[in-house]
Amino acid sequence: MTFLPSRSGDLSLLQQRQRAAFWFLAPMLAALICVAAWPLLRTIWFSFTDTSLSDLYGGQWIGFDNYLSMRTLSSGRTVWRGTLVDPAWWNAVWNTLRFAFVSVTLETVLGLIVALVLNAEFRGRGLVRAAILIPWAIPTIVSAKIWAWMLNDQFGIINDMLLSVGLIDQKIAWTASVDTAMYAVLMVDIWKTTPFMALLILAGLQMVPRDIYEAARIDGIHPVKVFFRVTLPLIRPALMVAVIFRMLDSLRIFDLVYVLTPNSAATKTMSVISRENMVDFDKFAYGAAQSTLLFSIIAIFVLLYIWLGRVDLTGDSSR
Amino acid sequence: MTMPQPIKTLAFYALVAVIVLFSVFPFYYAIVTSFATGTALFEVSYWPKVFDLSNYNAVLGGRNFGRSILNSLFIASTTVICALFLAVTASYALARVHFRGRGLLMMTILAVSMFPQIAVLAGLFELIRFLGIFNTPWAMILSYTIFTLPFTVWVLTTFMRDLPVEIEEAAIVDGATPWIIITRVFLPLLWPALVTTGLLAFIGAWNEFLFALTFTSSETTRTVPVAIGLLSGASQQEIPWGPIMAASVIVTVPLVLLVLIFQRKIVAGLTAGGVKG
Repeated sequence: MTFLPSRSGDLSLLQQRQRAAFWFLAPMLAALICVAAWPLLRTIWFSFTDTSLSDLYGGQWIGFDNYLSMRTLSSGRTVWRGTLVDPAWWNAVWNTLRFAFVSVTLETVLGLIVALVLNAEFRGRGLVRAAILIPWAIPTIVSAKIWAWMLNDQFGIINDMLLSVGLIDQKIAWTASVDTAMYAVLMVDIWKTTPFMALLILAGLQMVPRDIYEAARIDGIHPVKVFFRVTLPLIRPALMVAVIFRMLDSLRIFDLVYVLTPNSAATKTMSVISRENMVDFDKFAYGAAQSTLLFSIIAIFVLLYIWLGRVDLTGDSSR
Repeated sequence: MTMPQPIKTLAFYALVAVIVLFSVFPFYYAIVTSFATGTALFEVSYWPKVFDLSNYNAVLGGRNFGRSILNSLFIASTTVICALFLAVTASYALARVHFRGRGLLMMTILAVSMFPQIAVLAGLFELIRFLGIFNTPWAMILSYTIFTLPFTVWVLTTFMRDLPVEIEEAAIVDGATPWIIITRVFLPLLWPALVTTGLLAFIGAWNEFLFALTFTSSETTRTVPVAIGLLSGASQQEIPWGPIMAASVIVTVPLVLLVLIFQRKIVAGLTAGGVKG
């Protein structure tokens, strides 16, 4: 009995553990500061300079000129410059938001359907789950190329299918035409990420106790009503997490657009346009300003999510 | 309820068939195309009619594609090893030790995993030029840490939190230091989690495009996605679809096999992390 550690002994054990914890965390924190915090700060700093790609250290501080600047000409006319009055930038913002909204909405609905199917018990369920993992496993660039081939205007199989069914009467240049380029990007993105959505929703669905359905069935409640009144409210947290993750992911989309519809104004997103300015057009600082704006938009989304959702991310609500 | 049972069952299986067909068809079609050459390539066919390996020979015979595969393998595996090493100790501290600011730290790590990669591109470019590793595999290994590390820390923390406290308490009573606890007690229990997170991080690093495109400038240092993305013919109009499909199949088959073998673990890891791999 007398060998039980005293209170002060407890404390020193705790302190010892906390000290060890600090040293365990230090390498990871150093790595994250090195690859995330510092480059982010530098990007923001670059956005207030006129740095060019070829001369990274020769930039002068020019304040907000990359974002917005006003100049009065000798004729008395005022000219606004900067990315905030750049129609190409606003086109990219509009494209990105439209893409994010449409793709996430459709992916949620389709993901919900797939998850409900996978939650039912039937023969060959394992095979179906394996099948839907295939689009997820294929690299984005590869899926962009595969779909670019399938959507090819002359030799593509999609046009062939639609023609033979009679849905269209002439071949469509899906990726090249301004009217359809966005549909092409949406199609591929939905194909590729619906599995991810479905799996996250399925995890939520499997938490719902089965006897609830049993009770509803005995009470003779219509399955559709059960879905909207019971299932949907119960899986709402899982659904919200999935939607937020997809939303943030789709706001930063780059690779699919870059490869599937290169140089198309109809699909150019914020990430694409700021990289283009940074690397291809030698407007390094201007591109940095645009990527800073994209970062701010995503940061606002994250803060809203944390604030509105008040989700317990650490997983220990007891503290 | 109004429909008779056989029709309902039929409708259900029809839906299942549509889901499977929609998921699998593009990859199937890529395989069919990869075996076609010449005029056969430009005739739409739903079934494999020809079996010609010349596209594969063209891709693998070109020196650079094999080089790209090696680059990608090296970069992805080094990234995963570094991330796992840093993440195991960090997630022990995050899952097992109570200290002030832990919640905030977890939030920060989650926030980093949602970073738009374009936001750090300019700063990373400068850092990579400064370190003199532009156009080398190290540029990618360094930059991929930004998405592999938060993800592995997050998932491993979730796994480690679920390990029973009693094991650790017994070790503490026996006088084990935290380092001993991690390496001798937790690590053997963590193997399944390490395989899952490692695999997901590997897939993430293997598939990455933006950094690899920006931080390489010659054909010999390209990774597989960049090599496929920039594979082009003599002119804009002459896209070599056959070799592109062959290259796509080559890099995708191992991934698909891995994913199918580790199916259950991957699903568990994805839902535990809630982060896109």
